[in-house]
Amino acid sequence: MDRMSDEKSGAVGWEPRIAAFFCNWCTYTAADLAGVSRLKYEPNIRVIRLMCSGRVDPQFIVEAFARGADGVLIGGCHPGDCHYVEGNYKTLRRFEMLKRMLSDLGIEEPRLRLEWISASEGEKVRTVVNDMVARLRQLGPLDLPGRFKAWDQEMADLAHEIQQQEAAAAATAQPEVTHAS
Amino acid sequence: MSTSSKNGDGEIRIGFYVCQCGHNIGAVVDCPAVAEYASKLPGVVLSRHYKYMCSDPGQELIQQDIREHKLTRVVVASCSPLLHEHTFRGAVERGGLNPFYFQMVNIREHNSWVHADGAAATAKAKALARAAIERVRFHRPLETTRVPINPDVLVVGGGIAGIHAALTLANAGKKVTLVEREPSIGGHMAKFDKTFPTLDCAACILTPKMSAVRAHENITLWTYSEVVKVEGYVGNYTVTVRRKPRYVHEDLCVGCQECITACVYKDARFPDEFNVGLSKRKPVYLPFPQAVPQAVVIDPERCLQVKTGKCKKSCLEACADRKAIDFSMKEQLIEIKVGTMILATGFRLFDATRIPQYGYGLYPNVVTSLELERLVNSSGPTGGEIILRDGSKPQTAGFILCVGSRDVKTNRWCSRTCCMHSMKLAQLFKEHTGADVTIFYMDIRAPGKGCEEFYDKSLREGIRFVRGRVAEVTDWALAPEEEGKLVIRVEDTLAGFVRRIPVDMIVLAVGMEPNADSQDVRRLFNLSCSTEGWFLEKHPKLAPVNTFTDGVFIAGCCQGPKDIPDSIAQAGAAAAEALALIDKGYIEQEPNTAYIVEADCSGCKSCVPLCPYTAISFDEATRKARINEALCKGCGTCVASCPSGSIRQHLFEDDQIFNEIAGVMAS
Repeated sequence: MDRMSDEKSGAVGWEPRIAAFFCNWCTYTAADLAGVSRLKYEPNIRVIRLMCSGRVDPQFIVEAFARGADGVLIGGCHPGDCHYVEGNYKTLRRFEMLKRMLSDLGIEEPRLRLEWISASEGEKVRTVVNDMVARLRQLGPLDLPGRFKAWDQEMADLAHEIQQQEAAAAATAQPEVTHAS
Repeated sequence: MSTSSKNGDGEIRIGFYVCQCGHNIGAVVDCPAVAEYASKLPGVVLSRHYKYMCSDPGQELIQQDIREHKLTRVVVASCSPLLHEHTFRGAVERGGLNPFYFQMVNIREHNSWVHADGAAATAKAKALARAAIERVRFHRPLETTRVPINPDVLVVGGGIAGIHAALTLANAGKKVTLVEREPSIGGHMAKFDKTFPTLDCAACILTPKMSAVRAHENITLWTYSEVVKVEGYVGNYTVTVRRKPRYVHEDLCVGCQECITACVYKDARFPDEFNVGLSKRKPVYLPFPQAVPQAVVIDPERCLQVKTGKCKKSCLEACADRKAIDFSMKEQLIEIKVGTMILATGFRLFDATRIPQYGYGLYPNVVTSLELERLVNSSGPTGGEIILRDGSKPQTAGFILCVGSRDVKTNRWCSRTCCMHSMKLAQLFKEHTGADVTIFYMDIRAPGKGCEEFYDKSLREGIRFVRGRVAEVTDWALAPEEEGKLVIRVEDTLAGFVRRIPVDMIVLAVGMEPNADSQDVRRLFNLSCSTEGWFLEKHPKLAPVNTFTDGVFIAGCCQGPKDIPDSIAQAGAAAAEALALIDKGYIEQEPNTAYIVEADCSGCKSCVPLCPYTAISFDEATRKARINEALCKGCGTCVASCPSGSIRQHLFEDDQIFNEIAGVMAS
């Protein structure tokens, strides 16, 4: 949590963190290939393996942001190449919907990214990750957990204020009532 | 799967292992620090780092710890799960736990091999380890399911690789369907005259195998046919094959060729594919003398009867009561069921017109290596005479190597066979004509058995070698001795100056390329391709003929350029891999299927149309969705879409993934 407060203040040493959901057959394998080929890329990415990008529930993405991810990357097979025929099309549909929702929440568009990376495109893993890290560095921390806290505080302050106003209103209203009777 | 699930229920006791993989991981990631970090995480009762977890002692360590420390969960941080998940699940099972109480962390391919900064890599390893440790608590015991395998095999492509694979399987007693696009099997090898480095006659070693295919009781040979649809999964594929009409019944045709003589076209006037256009054929033709099946074929693009329906059909008369010719033949779509498939769809040659400075198509005496192959062949268009287009004998010849290979402008890869192939042709050239032969090369690559010796032989026989990539071929004579000749302009990089060398004939050693439709074929069979377009093997070293689609194997040049011995070796390997699956009798399926928690299902039906395998149906009686687990392939698309969260996926449960997310984000 110390780190979070550091991030919020944009302290030096902040590094973007990316949660990634890669499909088993194309993008995860491509990342393996990048490894076998010893391609060097930014260490800011944490990959979670799923069988198909179609398994990526929008809740996973929201959860990752809520847990402090600065960006979320989804990797699937190229259109037409899905190991499960068309799971990646479903992903694309959900991705487009979720993007709108996220922008309404004030989460900038580059923070969520969908890429088609085939098993042979180890090089693309490197360029995509490096590019995404560079963009996130420009954007700065998202720090949704920090914002949640700030929002909670705001709500608490607001509730407190309302309470006080109501109490004050009640106090001033009291004589009126007695007067009327 | 005999292990009961009783161990592992109840208390969570996690054993964590981090593998150093020698220096592969250990040199970048601080493994002891990762082990130390993991040991403090909730549920972890034991945390170790070890040099090689996948070794026997490493696996033994896991088994021993499970017994001694009563572990109920195991996490190993090492290489990619695609490589060793199976290994460690086996160790966990031998230790007495359900093998699915295991989670693997990839800190090699996804970490130590791709990051140079040790501190950052160690931090990442910790995060990934934590994710797995948080996830594995929610693992459930699972059983693999077994499905029977259909023992029949489909081999696609009737070149030497496909032929060899089909024969190997057929000899082992398996029923094989061999599908070939062309009217005869034989592929590229059938066009060759001799084979390097032994100089044995290609036809003499190939033809018996082709005949064996034809004669084998276990092989169904479908030439002039193509696979158009593939459905199903390993062990149970349904394949649709389109059989193009040959207009000749293969079983009735005796190959007498009287119809060819009788054809209304008195002269052969269409380019003969087998002789790469160097000779002509009629609309009805035998692909080549040793063709298998030994049956003529009628070219629908050329035959008057097929095209217009207005021909006196003298071929029919010639065929007489054999009644082999049948113009009523129609295209057929045939469905077959097989358990495994071997793809040996080969390659195509580089189109030499793509390098215009070499003058192919412009100067008639610039030929490709395959064209020369036909010229030296005694059954070729010239009866084995190497002649120039004007009919005269060449006195001098130049071979240009790496045409469409090792070239950033065209293809970057080495086609592997052209050095040897060109030296073979150069020796034959010299033998047939006595000409002066020069080979223009960048590097001579002769690594195969007997190949370096063959290079020595070429040198001893007086073939000249000039090192340098040829800049240009021109007919612009600058000196009297260049008149009427083709001039090769090249920087001789050994002599250190630019030379002009006049020759009569130029042979371009064209490289190999993936077939033009390799992308379509790849999609059809659900394969991956390398960046270049070659079919991708599952692992470059450990699984060179397997693909990412179980039950589909690759052999020969569709996987990458290779010579005949290598193609045959791969074909044998692919056949053996298929046999290993078939003879096991069943396929163990990863238990990652989706299932429905009926009580939560609202019956909204939104999942039903999402499944590409129609595994989900709607039960009108209960008003709930139902999943047929036998049809489910475990992609999880329906799981992600279920609004009530009532569809779940084994091995990829929501609680497992949510905890994995929490784990990677925690540190």
